[in-house]
This record gives sequence, structure tokens and C-alpha cells, in this order.
Amino acid sequence: MTGEKPILGLGLSRVLLSHGGGGSQTEALLGEHFFPHLIAPHGERRGDSAILSAGPARIAFTTDSFVVKPWRFPGGDIGRLAVCGTVNDLTAAGARPQWLSLGLILEEGFAAADLASVAVSIQQAATEASVEIVTGDTKVVERGRGDGIYINTAGIGIIEGDAIPHLARAEPGDAVIVTGTVGDHGAAIMQARESFGLVGPVASDVAPLGGLIDSLRAAGVAAHVLKDPTRGGLAMAANEIAEASGVAIRLDERALPVKPSVARLLDLLGLDVFEVANEGKMIVIVPPGEAEPALRGLRAHPLGREAAVIGEVSASGDAIVTVTTRAGGERMLIKPAGEALPRIC
Amino acid sequence: MTAAAGVDTALQRLRDAAARLSGRQVTFMEVCGTHTMSIARLGLKALFPPNVQLVSGPGCPVCVTPQGVIDRMVALARVPGATVCTFGDMLRVPGTESSLERERASGARIRVVYSPLEALAHAEAHPGEQVIFLGVGFETTAPAIAQTLRQAKAKRVANFTAAVAGKVVPPALHALLSDDDVALDGLLCPGHVSVIIGAKVYGFIPAEFGVPCAVAGFEAAEILLGLASLCEQIAAGRATVENLYREWVRPEGNRRAQAVIDEVLLTADAEWRGIGVIPLSGYSLRPAWRDFDAFERFGIPEMHAPEPRGCRCGEVLKGVTQPRDCGIFGTHCTPQHPVGPCMVSSEGSCAAEFKYGGR
Repeated sequence: MTGEKPILGLGLSRVLLSHGGGGSQTEALLGEHFFPHLIAPHGERRGDSAILSAGPARIAFTTDSFVVKPWRFPGGDIGRLAVCGTVNDLTAAGARPQWLSLGLILEEGFAAADLASVAVSIQQAATEASVEIVTGDTKVVERGRGDGIYINTAGIGIIEGDAIPHLARAEPGDAVIVTGTVGDHGAAIMQARESFGLVGPVASDVAPLGGLIDSLRAAGVAAHVLKDPTRGGLAMAANEIAEASGVAIRLDERALPVKPSVARLLDLLGLDVFEVANEGKMIVIVPPGEAEPALRGLRAHPLGREAAVIGEVSASGDAIVTVTTRAGGERMLIKPAGEALPRIC
Repeated sequence: MTAAAGVDTALQRLRDAAARLSGRQVTFMEVCGTHTMSIARLGLKALFPPNVQLVSGPGCPVCVTPQGVIDRMVALARVPGATVCTFGDMLRVPGTESSLERERASGARIRVVYSPLEALAHAEAHPGEQVIFLGVGFETTAPAIAQTLRQAKAKRVANFTAAVAGKVVPPALHALLSDDDVALDGLLCPGHVSVIIGAKVYGFIPAEFGVPCAVAGFEAAEILLGLASLCEQIAAGRATVENLYREWVRPEGNRRAQAVIDEVLLTADAEWRGIGVIPLSGYSLRPAWRDFDAFERFGIPEMHAPEPRGCRCGEVLKGVTQPRDCGIFGTHCTPQHPVGPCMVSSEGSCAAEFKYGGR
């Protein structure tokens, strides 16, 4: 018998679907059963990207796997997602994404025409993101052993300048900005899976965000933190920032941009918009005096039209996130434990 | 009127009514998991007047399902050739030695569905599988289960059964109010359940126990007005059932839904976690529908199991212990490692406190 058994409750002997949510359960699984066996020369093995030095140049390096179900959904497909997910991780690390690798795992029987349509959206997203697909690999598994198509991408980006954003750089007084409406991606996947009634149009926001962040830089703003709130949504992202920076963050639900159709769908499903995944949004944390220019810069870009200040870094010390609710009440926002929606990306 | 203005007006009304209680401390209970979650998610308790306390009751159908029934469901998941269809909340509830989530990781076929009709559709599309729907829920879920079984019978779907473990709310409220440990000044009655059973059925609560009731919806303003009504009733020295959810809840409820339930299900004595066996508080299949009883078809006997050591879900469900006062809350019992169901279900009061109330 390996691993310790909790005193109460059920012990862990197998990986559960909820371990894939990217939340505290994923951390617990890896922390207990995986990381202890690895040597991590660059220390920060849990970051979304590793920052590496190659001579005078600094690069960001990241990888991500995509198992979204269904592989095609309103607003995008697994190909677009696989490019954008990796590109946005690099952008959040303060890098300019340059090169991607692409690993395909196909299930026997997947239609050739579907494969071609995924390739088209991969190239389209890569062109939008100004990245090149430079290497790749393909494997096929037996029918019934995959779900049509899985994709892994890895990416390299170049870091320029010194004031690079970092999860640990949020400071008391800083403004918390989100670059547009939240919850769109998770809502679109749910709608694609189940077709819940007539809530109105719901589409994924999946998009590469390099151009949007360039627009922020062009406005002269040096963000303290950039973080893409993907799995686990704003709740996960805000808590990771609070923990890394050792600060408290206060968010205002009333300032949160949410599409009415998304709000209706999440209400119907009992899901919290703070916990739902986004694939085309960034949390941007800037010094208080730079909130206005940051909003101007973001709103000047088509992907940032609905950017809004949604809160502030309230104090140093306890790493907690609180929310002023739409009713004017107050509550905590914690890291989601498992994934309410498995296989969202 | 904007939503925010509605909240402000409702809050003012609650504060005014609470002020008329001349400092008296009152404890109300909400008995609906959707209320529990709305109140926590909206952070409403931070807005309450200091002399108003709201505790959660047995309003989460997953939470009140006793451990022995979870064990029976795990046993169903182990039946060769079975596909178990369940609401997602049941997946992680720990039984004595396993959970549905763990059975799935070990190879059992378990599907999360949003309605029993989805499970029936799966059975029709997969005639080679024995499809079992886990029928946990209150009066709100019962009509859908009954309707699904009617369809299964009409279409002669031979590979579909249901494990009916539904519960009926009013007998549980009676048992709760009769309990000497429980002292309540008012009840916030459930919105969804009342749509089916109506507001009139709560009449015994003011009549027999002198406790005022308010049937309310789930928006912030509706909840606050419900509590204001309870304070106003106490201040005026009366106890009635006030229906503040009139656009949905009729005095006699939804007769058609009741008729569908009555055709397929009957009420029988049932065990509630933490409370014990309550007369006529659970649903079971009428004799004519026994062919659709999953427990019977697969020979799963009744099971009884003690509650896990250290777990105080039973007391939490009665509102006599608050989640935070349980010795294992937040330490040995967390959403990642739940010991009791109140920490698992999205409507459980421990889960709500852990998630929205801070650590």
C-alpha cells in the first residue's frame, strides 16, 4: 500500500476525473504522487510557463494538452483552443509567442474532413497570433480508446524588457481589470454538450490575446500581473495571484461583465460565473494610477471592448479573495476544488 | 425598479421588522438547498440585522440520503453490465468503503445526467446495457421520475430501472419541530418544492407549533422579504403561512404533477441522515411498478451503516450544530476529502460555508 491514508473519509488509490480540474485537487494529486519524484532545476515547476535563459535572451516555455468534449463547439474547436491556450500562457508570462509544436492523438475512425477542418482553424488561430507551427507528431489509438481527437501544444515566446509581469507582483492598491465578459467558454461547452433550453446565443471566447496585450503596452502601461483565467475561472486565477503575491483581493460582482445569455445558462445549471472557464480573457493588475490608461489601451483593441475594473488588491498579508455580491453582501471566493465541468479544454 | 433598488427596499423592510422585535434574538431556518446556496453565494448573512440568525435545515436531498442508501447505490454500480445514471452531486458522496466517483475510476459505467428522461433515452439507445437511474430528490424531482417511469412502461423499455430514494419534505419538518433540541422562531419554506406541493400543506406548522412560515423565491430581495415577513409575524404576535412566491406557488400546488407522482409512487417510512426514520417521509414505487425497481431487479438488500466517525452532518442537518462547530470541518473534511454529504453536495450547508464563508 503506497501513499498515506487519511484518518477519515476514503483514501486515494486511483486518479479521479475531478483530479483534472486544474484546481486544488490537481495540486494535491501532483503534490503527493508526482512532484516528489521529479527534480526541477528551475524551481518554479508549477507556473504556467517556465522562464529560461538562452545566452542573453530570455524565453518563456510552456505546454498544454487539450481534451475538450465535444471537440467542436460554438465559437471554436479543439484546434483553435490548442493554439490559443498555449499562446495565452506565454502572453501572460510577459512573452511574445513565437513558435509552437503540435502533437495530435487521433482515434481510429476520426473523419479525414474533420481533421482538415481542425487544421484550418489551427492555422487561422496561428496567423491571428503571429506564431509559427514548427514541429509536430501524430499518433493514432484504437477506436473507443480516444474521443476523436486530442491535441498537445508546446510553445516558446521571447521576453523583451525588464518589467515583466508576474503572479507575485500584485501590490496593495493595484486595480484588478478583466479584459471582457467572463464565463463564455465554459457556458459554450455546456450548451454544446446538452443544449439547455433557449437562453440566447452562447459562444466560446477562445482567442489569442497577444495583440490585446500589445495594445495595453502601447498605452504605456506596465502591468504588474497578467493571468489568463482558464480552468477554475476568476476564482482560481485570483486566488493564485493572492497566494503568490501575499495579498488580499476584493472583487465586485456588480462590476463583472457577463453576457445575459451566459448568466441565464449558468443560473440554470447552478454554476458560479467566478468558477467558469474563459479562453479569451486576461486578468490585468496595474498600479492604481494606471487603471484609466489601461482601460483605454485595452478597449482600443477589438478583444478588449468590454474591459472593466472589477476590484482591487486590498491589503498585504492574508492571501484571501472576497467578493462584494450583486446583492451588496459579502462572501469569500476560494479555489474551486474539482472541476464542475470536466474536459472543458 | 432595478434589482439593486429591490434589494435595498427589501433589506430596509427586514431591518425595520427586526427592530420591532425589541431586541429579541430570533433564529430562522431555511429548508431548501437552493436557498442555502443563494444565501451563501449572495453573501446575504453579512446584511442581516444582528438579532436575526438563519440556520440551514435538511434542505439538500443528497445530504439527507443515509449512508446505507449510498452503499446500495455503490452496489448497483458494481452490477455487471449496468450503467448508472445519476445527478452529478451524488458522485462524490462517500459510502462506507467507496463512492460512485471511485467506482467510475475502477471501471464502472456511470453517467452524469440532468434529468431522468436523459437516462431513459440512454437506455433506449443502448439496449445491451442495464440502465439504472438513481432517483434522489424531493417533491421537485418526483414528478420527473414518475413521468419517466410512465414513459418507460408505455414504450416497454426492458433495460431501464430506477433506484427510488426520494424524500417528502413536510413530514421531516414535523419531525424536526417536534425535536426537543430544535428551537426555531420561523421557517423559510422552499420555493421549488412548494411549486409542486403548494403552500397550504405547511399550515400545520403555525397551527401545531406556533411557528410562522414564509414561502419565498431565490432572488436576494425575495429571500430578504421572506425573513421580513417572519419578523413581522412575530412582532404582530401571529403565525401563519405567508406565500411570497405567488407567481409560482399556488395554495394547493400543482395538481397535475401530484397526480403523476401518485400514479407511480407512494409514500413510505424513510430514513433521513441524522434524523432517523420518519413516518411517510420517503417515496417508493407502487406495487404495480415493481418491475422498474433497480434494488429488486438486481437483488440489492437494504443496507444500514453508521455515520462516519467524527461527522456531525446529522446535527448540521437539524440546524443544531453549525458547520464550523463540527470538529472535522475544514480540516479532515473538505470538498476534496469529504467525510459527510453536507460537504459534497453543491447544496450542502458545509459546502456552502466552506466555499463562501471563509476558512
